[in-house]
Amino acid sequence: MLKYLKKYRLQCVCAPLFKMLEAMFDLLVPLVVASIIDAGIVAGDAGHVWRMAGVLIALGLVGLAAAVTAQYFAASAATGFAADVRHALFQRLAALSFPDVDRIGVPAMITRMTSDVNQAQTGVNMALRLLLRSPFVVLGAMAMAFTIDARCALIFMAVIAALGAVVAVIMRTNIPMMQGVQRQLEAVLAATRENLTGVRVIRAFRREEAQYQAFRAKNRLLTARQRRAGHVSALLNPTTYVLINAAVIMLVRQGAIRVNDGALTTGAVVALYNYMSQILVELIKFASLTITINKAWASWKRIADALALEPSMQSPASLAQPLAPDAPAVQFRHVSLTYPGAGSPALEDVDFSVNRGQIVGIIGGTGAGKSSVAGLIPRFYDATAGEVLVDGVNVKDWPQAALRARVGVAMQKASLFKGTIRDNLLWGRADATDEDLLEAARVAQAADVLAVKGGLDAPIEQNGDNLSGGQKQRLAVARVLARRPEILILDDSASALDMATDARLRLAILGLDYHPTVFIISQRAASIMSADLILVLDDGRVVGRGQHPDLLQSCPIYREIYESQFGKEAAV
Amino acid sequence: MKRANLGSVQSATIKKVLGHIGRYRWLVLLSLLLSAATVGLTLTVPILVGQAIDGIIGAGAVRFDVIWPLLWRIGLCVALTALGQWVMNAINNRITFDVVRDLREEALARINRMPLSYIDAHPHGEIVSRVIADADQFADGLLMGFTQLFSGVLTILITLAFMFSQNAMIALVVVAVTPLSLFVARFIARRTYAMFQLQSQTRGEQTAFIDERIGNLKVVQAYGREAAETARFDEINERLKDCSMKATFFSSLTNPCTRFVNSVVYALVALAGALSALTPGSAMTVGTLTAFLSYANQYTKPFNEISGVITELQNAVACAARLFELIEAPTEIPDAKGAAPLVNVRGGVEWRGVDFSYVPERPLIRDFNLSVQPGQRVAIVGPTGCGKTTLINLLMRFYEPNAGSIAVDGRDTRDIPRHSLRAAYGMVLQDTWLKAGTIRENIAMGMPDARMAQVEAAAKAAHAHAFIQRLPDGYDTEIGEDGGLLSQGQKQLLCIARVMLSGGVAMTGEDGLSLPPMLILDEATSSIDTRTELKIQSAFARMMKGRTSFIVAHRLSTIREADVILVMKDGRIIEQGTHESLLAQGGFYKKLYESQFLGVRQ
Repeated sequence: MLKYLKKYRLQCVCAPLFKMLEAMFDLLVPLVVASIIDAGIVAGDAGHVWRMAGVLIALGLVGLAAAVTAQYFAASAATGFAADVRHALFQRLAALSFPDVDRIGVPAMITRMTSDVNQAQTGVNMALRLLLRSPFVVLGAMAMAFTIDARCALIFMAVIAALGAVVAVIMRTNIPMMQGVQRQLEAVLAATRENLTGVRVIRAFRREEAQYQAFRAKNRLLTARQRRAGHVSALLNPTTYVLINAAVIMLVRQGAIRVNDGALTTGAVVALYNYMSQILVELIKFASLTITINKAWASWKRIADALALEPSMQSPASLAQPLAPDAPAVQFRHVSLTYPGAGSPALEDVDFSVNRGQIVGIIGGTGAGKSSVAGLIPRFYDATAGEVLVDGVNVKDWPQAALRARVGVAMQKASLFKGTIRDNLLWGRADATDEDLLEAARVAQAADVLAVKGGLDAPIEQNGDNLSGGQKQRLAVARVLARRPEILILDDSASALDMATDARLRLAILGLDYHPTVFIISQRAASIMSADLILVLDDGRVVGRGQHPDLLQSCPIYREIYESQFGKEAAV
Repeated sequence: MKRANLGSVQSATIKKVLGHIGRYRWLVLLSLLLSAATVGLTLTVPILVGQAIDGIIGAGAVRFDVIWPLLWRIGLCVALTALGQWVMNAINNRITFDVVRDLREEALARINRMPLSYIDAHPHGEIVSRVIADADQFADGLLMGFTQLFSGVLTILITLAFMFSQNAMIALVVVAVTPLSLFVARFIARRTYAMFQLQSQTRGEQTAFIDERIGNLKVVQAYGREAAETARFDEINERLKDCSMKATFFSSLTNPCTRFVNSVVYALVALAGALSALTPGSAMTVGTLTAFLSYANQYTKPFNEISGVITELQNAVACAARLFELIEAPTEIPDAKGAAPLVNVRGGVEWRGVDFSYVPERPLIRDFNLSVQPGQRVAIVGPTGCGKTTLINLLMRFYEPNAGSIAVDGRDTRDIPRHSLRAAYGMVLQDTWLKAGTIRENIAMGMPDARMAQVEAAAKAAHAHAFIQRLPDGYDTEIGEDGGLLSQGQKQLLCIARVMLSGGVAMTGEDGLSLPPMLILDEATSSIDTRTELKIQSAFARMMKGRTSFIVAHRLSTIREADVILVMKDGRIIEQGTHESLLAQGGFYKKLYESQFLGVRQ
C-alpha cells in the first residue's frame, strides 16, 4: 500500500497535519470560554467578552482554512492513489496466463477493479482526514485537561481507556455478526433468483409451496441474525453515553472540591467539562471511521493479493534458434493436459504432426478435448506432459507475442468490443489498410454484415450486442483473417452459421493466397469431411485419424457422429 | 400534475407501510414513548450540570449541599437514558427487521402466484433487486426514521423551549443563525451534484470497459493487445481521477463549512450569554451559560442530521413503492371453486378456436383448432425464434388463451386445478434449469419422498446414472444454482430423470417410476455433443411410447415420425399436417425442410 501512496507523500503528510492544526484550534475553544467566564463574567469585563467572542470566530475561520486545505490534500491523495492502483491492477490482470484467469474468475477480477478500489479510495481519504485527527483530539483534550488540573485529568485517562475497551469489545463481537448477516442476505437473494429463473419448472412440478417454505426459512434466519447483530450494535451508544457522563459526574465532584480548596476556578471546571464533550463527539466519529477503515482494509487486502499475482507462464524475449523451414507446422508429442483443479485429464497422450498448408479437421463431442488441442498451439495453456512444437520449436521457447502473431484463433464465443467494425478488425493487424480489412471480411462471408450495418465505420455496441450470433462469428473470423496468421485455428467458430454459409466460408479459406495451415474444429461432420487430416477425439484421446472415407470404415465413433447427423442410409 | 401524482403515490405508499407496521403498533408506541423519555432525560443532564456548576462559586464557597444531590440525579438520569436508549434501539431493530421480513415473504408468495406474463416481461435482476436491495434500503431508511427523525424533532423542540424560557435573546440568535448551516450544505450539494454525476458516468464507462476487456481477456491476449488496451484504459482512468478528485474535494467541504457556521453560533451564544450575565439583575448564570453552550452544540446536530434523514426517508419510500408494486402485482386467476382434479388421464388434447397474443396489437394464434388423440405425437417445427414455446405456455396454462379453449380428455383446462393439469404433463425444456441442492433432490423434485431406489431407477432410465456415480459425492453432490459444474448435456439428462418421477402417486409403476401420461419435450440444438444427444434421443423415445407428446423438434427423424406436424413462423401456426401431406402442399414446410435438412446432404 505504501508503494502506491509514496507518490503522494506530500499530500499524505500535509492532509493529517492540517487536520491536526484544525483540531488544535478546536482544542483552544474551551480555554477561550473559560477565559470569558473567569476574566469576563466573574471579573465583570464586557470588553474582554467581546474580544474573546471575536477570538472564537477567528479560531473558527482559521480552522475552516486548515480543514479545507486538509480536505484538498486528502482528496487528491486518495483519488490519485485509486487511479494508480486501478492502472496497476489492469496491467497486472491483463498479463495473467489463461489458467490464472480461469482460477480467479472474471467477476472477482472486475470486483477488485471497481468496488474494491472505490472502498480503498474512501478508506484512504477518511484515514488521512480523521485517523490522526480523532486520537489527536482525544489525547489533546486530555493533555489540555492536564494543563488545567492534573488530578481531574486522571479521570480523563480512566474514561478514555474504558471507552477504548468497550468500543473494541463491541466492534469485535459485532463485525463477525454483520458478516453473518451479509452471507445470509446473499442466500436469500439466491433463493429469490431461483424462484424466478426456475418459475416454469417449479410450477410444472407443483413446488410453489415447498419453494416458499424454503425461502421463508432462509428469510427467518436472516431476520434472526439481523436482530442479534442489531442488539449488540445498539449497545454502543448507551455504553459510551454512560461512561462519558460518569466521567462528567466525577469531574464536577472533583472540580467542586478543588475549587473549594482554591486550586481551580469555575471557568476551569467548565473548560474541563467542555473537553469531555469534545472527546465524546470525537469518539463517536472514530467508531464509525473504524468501520469504514475495516471495510477498506479488507478490500485492500483483496487488491493486494491480486497485485501480487504473477503470470504462471513465462516466455523468453526472443527465439533461441532459427526456425527450420521444413519442420512440421504443428507437432504434438505425446501431449497430456490436466487443467488445474480438474479431476481428470482433458487430453491424454495426443500425438500428431501437421505439415505446412495442410487442412486439419478435429471432431468429437463436447468435453472430448477439441478446444484443448486448439488452446495448446498458441500456448494458452501448457501441456502437463509431452511437448507442443510450432515450426519445430517448442511453444515454451517462443516469445509469446511472436507465437500468437503466427497462430491465429477464432473462438466459438465471438467476442467483439465497443467501437466500430474497423476498430475491431484492426485488432487483427494494427497497420492493415481498409482494402485488407474488406478482403478479410469478404473471405469471412461478412461482406453482407458490413453492407447491412453500414461499412467499416458502423458502430458496435458493448460485447457486440447489436449483432446476431452469426454476424459476430463472421466478424470474429474476419478479425483473425486480417492477421494473416501462418496457422489458422477456427475453433467451432462457425457454429451459428447455416450450412450453406459455413460451406462458403470453408471454400473461401481454402482459397487464401498464402496457404496457411488451417485447423477446423467442429461438431458437424460436414465441416471437416474434406480435410487432409481428420482427428477424432473422444474423452481426451485421439480415437481416429485419417481421411473421411477411411474413418467411416475404421472409426466407430466417427461413424456414429456422421450417422447421427446424416441419417443411417447416408453412411452406407 | 405529475408532481401531484408523485405525491399521491408517496402518500399511498406511506399508508401501506403504516399498515404493515400496524401489526407492531404496541411496540411502535413503546418506542415513541421511550424516545420522548430519553430525549427529555438527555436534555435534562446539561441543565443539572449547569446547576451543579453554579454551586461551584469560588474558593471556600462551594455549595456541596446543592451539588451532591444534583450529581446523584445526574447519575440517575444517565442510567435511565442509557437503558431507555438500548431498549428503544432493540425495539426499533425488531420492528424494522420484522416488517421487512414480512414484506419479503409477501413478495415471494406473490412471485409464486403471479402470471408468467409478469415474470417474462420483467428482467429477473430487477425483481430480485426489489426483493433484496429495495427491501434492505427501505429497512435502513425506516430504522433511521425511527431512531433519528422523531428524537431529532423532539430534541429541537425541547431545546428551543428551554432556550426561550431561559433567555429569549440568545434563543433568537440560535434560531436565526443555525439554518445558515443547512443553507450552506444545500448550496454545496447543489454545486457538487453535477460533479458526482460526471463521476458516476465516467465510472460506468470505465466499468463497461473493464467488463468487456477482462471478460474477454483471452481474446485481448490472443491478439497481443495488452499494452494497447492498457493505454486506452489509462485514458479513461485519468479522466476518472480528475472528476473524482473534484467531486470528492468539493463535497468534503460541507463538513468544515457547516462546522464553521456552528462555531459562529457557538461564539454568538457565548457572547450574548456572557453579556447578559454581566447585565445587572439578569437571571443568566455561569451554569446556565454552560448549559446554553452545550445546547448550541446539541441543537445544530439534529438539524444537520434531519436533512439527511429526510433524504433517506424519501429514498426509503421510493424503495417501498417499488416493493409494493411487486407485492400488489396481479395474481393468476385462481382455480375454479370445486374444480375436480383429472383422474386416469388418457391424454386426448383438443384445441377449439384458440386465439392468443402476448400483446393485443400483435395477434399470434387465431382460431386454432387441433385434435390430438391419446398417444399421438405432435411435432412443432419452425425457424429459431418462431415462438414454439407459446404452445408450451398454453398447454401448461402458463398463459391463458384470449379466446377459445383447450381441453384434456374432453374437460376444459380452466375447470381443472392447475396442479392437477400440470401433474399430467412431463416437461423437459431446452433451458435446463436445476435448483441449488443435491442431484438427488433435483431428480426427486416431483416426488420429494422418493426412495433412493426410485431416484436411481429414474437416473438409469435417463442414462444419467453413470455420470452421477462419477461425481465426487454421487447422488449427494451439491450442484450450485443452475447446475454449476455440470455440462449442458448432463443437465439435460437430469431434467429427463426428473420427469420420470413427476407423475404423482397414481402413475407410479412397478419399476418405481412415475411418468406423466402426457409429455412436452424440447429437443436440444447444437449446444450438446452428439453422443449425449443420442442418449437423450433414446430416453425420449422410451418415454414417448404410448404417451401423448408435444415435441419442439429439430431432428428430421422426430419430425417424420410425428402424427401431426405444426409449422410455426413468426409466432403463428401457419401449416399443419403430416410430413408427406405438408411436402405435397409445397408451402413453407417444404422450403424449411429443403434448406434445413437437405442442406446437410449437399
